Amino acid sequence: MKKNQQAKVPLFDRIFKPRVITLPNGHSVAKPRSRMPLILAVLALVLWASVKLTGFDIGVIFRRGNQFTVILAQIFQPDWSYFGKVISPLLDTIKMSILGSVLGATLALPFAVIASTNINRNGISVGILRFLLNIIRTLPTLIIAKLAALIFGLGTFAGTVAITVFTFGVVSKMMYESIETIDMGAYEAMESAGGSKYQSFRVACFPQILPTYLSYCLYSLEMNIRAAAILGYVGAGGLGLLINERVGWRDYHGLGMLLLCLFVVVFIIENTSQYLRRKLS
Amino acid sequence: MKKQEKKSVSFRTIQEAYEARPRLWWLYTLILLIAVVILGWSASTMEFKGLAKKGITVAQGVGYGLLHPDAKLLFNIDDGRLVFPFLNLTTEGVAYQLLQTIAIAVLGTVIGGILAIPFSFLACNKIVPKWLAFIFNAVILMIRTIPSLVWALVWIRVTGPNAFCGVVTQSVCSIGMISKMYITAIEDIDTRILESLDASGCSAFQKVRYGILPQIIPNFVSTVIYRFDINMKDATTLGIVGAGGIGAPLIQCINSSRWGMVGSYLWALVVLMLIIEFFSTRIRNRLTRG
Repeated sequence: MKKNQQAKVPLFDRIFKPRVITLPNGHSVAKPRSRMPLILAVLALVLWASVKLTGFDIGVIFRRGNQFTVILAQIFQPDWSYFGKVISPLLDTIKMSILGSVLGATLALPFAVIASTNINRNGISVGILRFLLNIIRTLPTLIIAKLAALIFGLGTFAGTVAITVFTFGVVSKMMYESIETIDMGAYEAMESAGGSKYQSFRVACFPQILPTYLSYCLYSLEMNIRAAAILGYVGAGGLGLLINERVGWRDYHGLGMLLLCLFVVVFIIENTSQYLRRKLS
Repeated sequence: MKKQEKKSVSFRTIQEAYEARPRLWWLYTLILLIAVVILGWSASTMEFKGLAKKGITVAQGVGYGLLHPDAKLLFNIDDGRLVFPFLNLTTEGVAYQLLQTIAIAVLGTVIGGILAIPFSFLACNKIVPKWLAFIFNAVILMIRTIPSLVWALVWIRVTGPNAFCGVVTQSVCSIGMISKMYITAIEDIDTRILESLDASGCSAFQKVRYGILPQIIPNFVSTVIYRFDINMKDATTLGIVGAGGIGAPLIQCINSSRWGMVGSYLWALVVLMLIIEFFSTRIRNRLTRG
């Protein structure tokens, strides 16, 4: 018994013994030492190493900061005549993200169902599937886009593929986590009433996860609009191509116009989607 | 009024209740119709021109690279044996590149988290006048909308193409999201505690120390750790524009079709991301539970 209790004491408290305070009534209370100094020391060490590794030099900003303000000032004076050229790639970006979100989210649903432990009782298949989903999710979007552009040729199709893969990874993870929290009582009742696994899932579980699912779809659409804007940088269609070009030519007035358009679109889509999500919840 | 009456009707049989179920088919049809129209519109310009000329070879190359990652880039191998210190620590090695990526994310997140504090207090409706809050909210929205890649491209003109550019970019980018979440944390502060501290005779400093800080610090730390996750992912792609980190060698390897090296970089990235995510979720769970 005593051994068990000792094992529970964290290593930190065994090295730095807790301070014992004796109360007036004779009882004694052990107050563990604060972990703050340890955390701060580790943090300081990590920060110091990071500064060394990145060649951090705050002086550069003070010496050359005016460069930044010059560029920023130009961005804030958008070149209105550039508007005509922005429209078509902007629409491409929106289309890419909508199609990619829908495809990715649709694909994610069956995988999420199979990957949730309360529906699929086979631990091994769940483990393998989750591992694969995790790998897909952690791959950077731009790298996927770059590979897709190399495989499918430059253009919007590659961007759509990249967004589909990215959405698939994110939505499937969020979905299997929320499927695991649903009430399984109705499912069991349906099964005991003679429904097949599919029927009882459709009737008992699907209505429970549908609002969450739709809300995640809208959320991923919000993220994808932002992500899709830069995919063109690696040749996957959309605004990114123009961003690359404008920066290359140092035409920051054009860049400003472009960002303004993006800003308006993101603002509209975000607010609409947030309104819909509030309605859903 | 009518709605309430309808709801309170009690049914005598199951059949009756079933007959009286809400019928919203027209609403569903409308939503479906809108969705189909939007989908059709967005699919209209999606031209699939088949695979690119070298598409198949690239796909095969990626597959081959993932299955046969370049071990020399990952480990310190001499004559087919692992030699101390086991990992390849040269500047080309995966370990160094990953460490630099982590360093960029750490510094960017910490600086961003600190810079976000004044921003969030100044953008909080409850603390400052409405017009000031509005201005700062607009600034935060602007920071959030400009993609991090664009920030990096702008900052490169200032710092030159190196890891420091990545740090500056991430510090600025992080302000947007972090301050947005700080603001919610600040707005959720329970001010009744301050009153009770007042009543027990605490000084202003004590009120901040025991009334406010314990309420917001777990939230702030949790936000910063969450942002660190995102920044890690971002830091891997910033290298593509030359802002340091693992992205630059990775994209070079892809461009020159050295699939073995691509494989080792990608595997290292995936493993690192999974480890970081695991620990950050654990820490954040402990923070929210107290």
